[in-house]
Amino acid sequence: MTRRLIFEVSRPGRRARAQAPAAESAAPADLPAALIRDREALLPAVSELDVVRHYTRLSQLNFSIDTNSYPLGSCTMKYNPRACHRLASLPGFLDVHPAAPDASVQGLLECLHELQEMLAAVTGMEAITLAPMAGAQGEFAGVAMFKAYHQARGDHGRDEIIVPDAAHGTNPATAAMCGLKVREIATGKDGDIELAALDEALGPRTAGIMLTNPSTLGVFERHILEISRRVHAAGGLLYYDGANLNALLGRVLPGDMGFDAVHLNLHKTFSTPHGGGGPGAGAVGVASSLKPFLPVPYVEQAEGTYRWRTDSPDSIGKLAANGGNIGVLLRAWVYLRMLGREGLQRVADHAVLNANYLAFRLAEEGFDLAYPERRAGHEFVISLKRLRDRTGVTAADFAKAMLDEGFHAPTVYFPLLVPECLLIEPTETESPEALDALIEAMVRIRDAALSDPEAVRSAPHRMPIQRPDEVLAARKPDLAHAPALRSRAGSSDEA
Amino acid sequence: MPFVPHTSSQVQDMLRRLGARSVADLYDEIPESLLRKEPPGIPSGLDEAGIGRIARQRAASNTPLLCFAGGGAYEHHIPAAIWDIASRGEFYSNYTPYQPEAAQGSLQLTYEYQTMIAGLTGMDVANASLYDGATAFAEACLMAVRCNKKSDARRIAVARSLHPAWRAVARTLLNGQGIELVEAPLDDSGRADFNHVYENVGGGFDAIAVAAPNYLGGMPDLEAWRALADREGALLVVGINPVSLGLLRPPGEFGADIVCGEGQPLGIPMSGGGPYLGLLACKSRYIRQMPGRLAGRTVDAAGDTAYVLTLQAREQHIRRSRATSNICTNQGLMVVAATLYMALLGGEGMRRVASACHARTAQLVEALTAIGGVRRAFDAPFFHEDVLCLDRPVAPVLAALAKQGILGGIDISSEYPELGNALLVCATEMRTEDDVLRYARALREIYRLT
Repeated sequence: MTRRLIFEVSRPGRRARAQAPAAESAAPADLPAALIRDREALLPAVSELDVVRHYTRLSQLNFSIDTNSYPLGSCTMKYNPRACHRLASLPGFLDVHPAAPDASVQGLLECLHELQEMLAAVTGMEAITLAPMAGAQGEFAGVAMFKAYHQARGDHGRDEIIVPDAAHGTNPATAAMCGLKVREIATGKDGDIELAALDEALGPRTAGIMLTNPSTLGVFERHILEISRRVHAAGGLLYYDGANLNALLGRVLPGDMGFDAVHLNLHKTFSTPHGGGGPGAGAVGVASSLKPFLPVPYVEQAEGTYRWRTDSPDSIGKLAANGGNIGVLLRAWVYLRMLGREGLQRVADHAVLNANYLAFRLAEEGFDLAYPERRAGHEFVISLKRLRDRTGVTAADFAKAMLDEGFHAPTVYFPLLVPECLLIEPTETESPEALDALIEAMVRIRDAALSDPEAVRSAPHRMPIQRPDEVLAARKPDLAHAPALRSRAGSSDEA
Repeated sequence: MPFVPHTSSQVQDMLRRLGARSVADLYDEIPESLLRKEPPGIPSGLDEAGIGRIARQRAASNTPLLCFAGGGAYEHHIPAAIWDIASRGEFYSNYTPYQPEAAQGSLQLTYEYQTMIAGLTGMDVANASLYDGATAFAEACLMAVRCNKKSDARRIAVARSLHPAWRAVARTLLNGQGIELVEAPLDDSGRADFNHVYENVGGGFDAIAVAAPNYLGGMPDLEAWRALADREGALLVVGINPVSLGLLRPPGEFGADIVCGEGQPLGIPMSGGGPYLGLLACKSRYIRQMPGRLAGRTVDAAGDTAYVLTLQAREQHIRRSRATSNICTNQGLMVVAATLYMALLGGEGMRRVASACHARTAQLVEALTAIGGVRRAFDAPFFHEDVLCLDRPVAPVLAALAKQGILGGIDISSEYPELGNALLVCATEMRTEDDVLRYARALREIYRLT
């Protein structure tokens, strides 16, 4: 299938005339000629209809939550309510310049302050900053605060962060960005952290530990209170990677588990859209001991008025040019206000119910759970090693075949500990019928793998493209359409 | 219960299959002491009409101000088509395109975006976005340190005329890795004085970083800084405003090594400060040090064109602690908006927007400096922002203007004490001649009364 690029739709001289000022303006005489372009920027020359049709068609090549089930482990692809989008897009919120005085944006600040309060309540933490623009930035804030905390106490030797081997890649990458050394510890056969490995890693160099709970294996870390006790006893702090909070929302508070800092992926647990990769928001909550180090700005309330607090002497500093991804925060605010107190636990309950049902039924159908003796959280891991050994069909092949069935693939080859694994997270917004359809599709693929493995190994067959050559893409990177970057001199016939 | 589709009989059936009496049984591996019987105390749930009432009332309680502020966030016209298309569920609610067969729309769009940013900046390649201009600048600094193999300085010389928030964020993010930002002071024309840095601080730098146009609206002499960078073995990092590049010669033509910028002017609402769009582009020789996602073109098994995320060995999900950055989630939906903006405007449209902004700001500066006690800080060309020096503190003046519904600019007196009572003003193509006159009248009146 051949699809044109917008640059190939382009005709020199054509343009979307309604979009730019109608007035022809002469080149400004007060600017030095050397600073002015001698030819126009290399962008497509297209009509408004060209643009609308081209990008509408492109959109139709995507899977999305609005069109497909998305059992993508660790990503919490739940439905993004349209009310959140509509209300966050009210002109009174969108048309606010970041330098607008606090007095002129009390309505906006009230929403953000309410969100801070609600997130503090659901995490059991003392204070919240909304500044981090994604989970990874939340992690950065958390680890940087750990460093600042130890330094403020004159405890200078703590330069190690402990990270379980099952952790998200952002955890070790964040520790490195903060200039700390990463100490990986092993996960035991039962999916829990090996306490002996933890003890060996703990010491006077421990700044802290980063944990996801339930872990990326989809199981609750049963020793969490003991881990918390030992880490604190060694002088370290605990960081909660909130990627998997959907499993516990309203049931278990990270603060109760002993965590000192928590980030929340608002684009996971709190239903803001993934937008094809972002923007997200990575609000961070901290215990009182870390409050002085919170990044700025955050919203404060005093005597009924709200203000951005931009100065704080011990803060780790700024993370964003302004106050964070405010449009995303507003969506989370709408979601939480709609969910309400009574809705929190039902999110976790149905997410966990869906995952356990799916895991149980898949096991019944002969799939291998990675941790069959464990209770699933909101997600679980299956291993296709047996199927691969018998048929040559890998987890990647299986995932591609799921696309043909109309399901987005689960997360593949993560966590790294389980061979040929699929990490499956249905979320609470999928109906039991959708789960049954997913099970039927997976059974069909498994049966096809047994009867005609080649057909599965070459999947997908019904998607807009067949399997792409990723090796070629990396070996000969083609990252921009070269013809569009060549000069288009001598092409100025007006349409 | 919003957003959970289960009927109660379905829940009972599912529990029966699992051999569980209630959902509580599914939490049986969690220590009893951790389980909360009562949910945390947040307000009770609202239906759509109920939350709509509150949201509309709060949005309406924000006072609309006639905007003459810039400083990294700009009120431009946002073509109607942009958010109609970007809000389609297929763009709004899809995930990072790790499964390329199910994401050709987003991947091709990102490839087109990368091409457009390369075309606009005159660079070879651009990435698929970072969070905002400030983090893009911080990542550009980190990248420059990795790219400059000849230098082990772990220091960046940065113009004080570069956005203060960008410098602040860079300090936060660079601090952990022990990389230092050394500021080049302003000279009399508002430009950075790097010679001063080299003469007084001594030692080398991995990169020289400037913005063009800079935070103060002025335009640095990129040719001179390229020559200095060459002489000193430093890379040249240039911060940009993409709208200005409709009119101005792009940094690529001056030999910039890395270009970063704030993409908000490209069809993204001001939205109180975010979400925005971090731009990052570079010479092709540096791509393997680039942070963030990259879309690439390849072929599929049938030999047809296909798009994928590529060079992922740079990224955290593969390289973990040795990744180029910890970034994972980026600003994908803002990329959709920016791509549509650049496609709708085209080179000619962006030139018109840039020229209109410049012309309106020139008019504004002329009208305001006609008032006694208001003068320009620098006698140098500007793009669409300029610094005015007032004969009195700026904050009360801005407060008085706000009372008349005018956001009169940004008080930069405390960020730049060397400029005295300094006000950064901006007029985009959205401001009319009448708007400018209204601002001038209001300011004149405030000056008369105080």
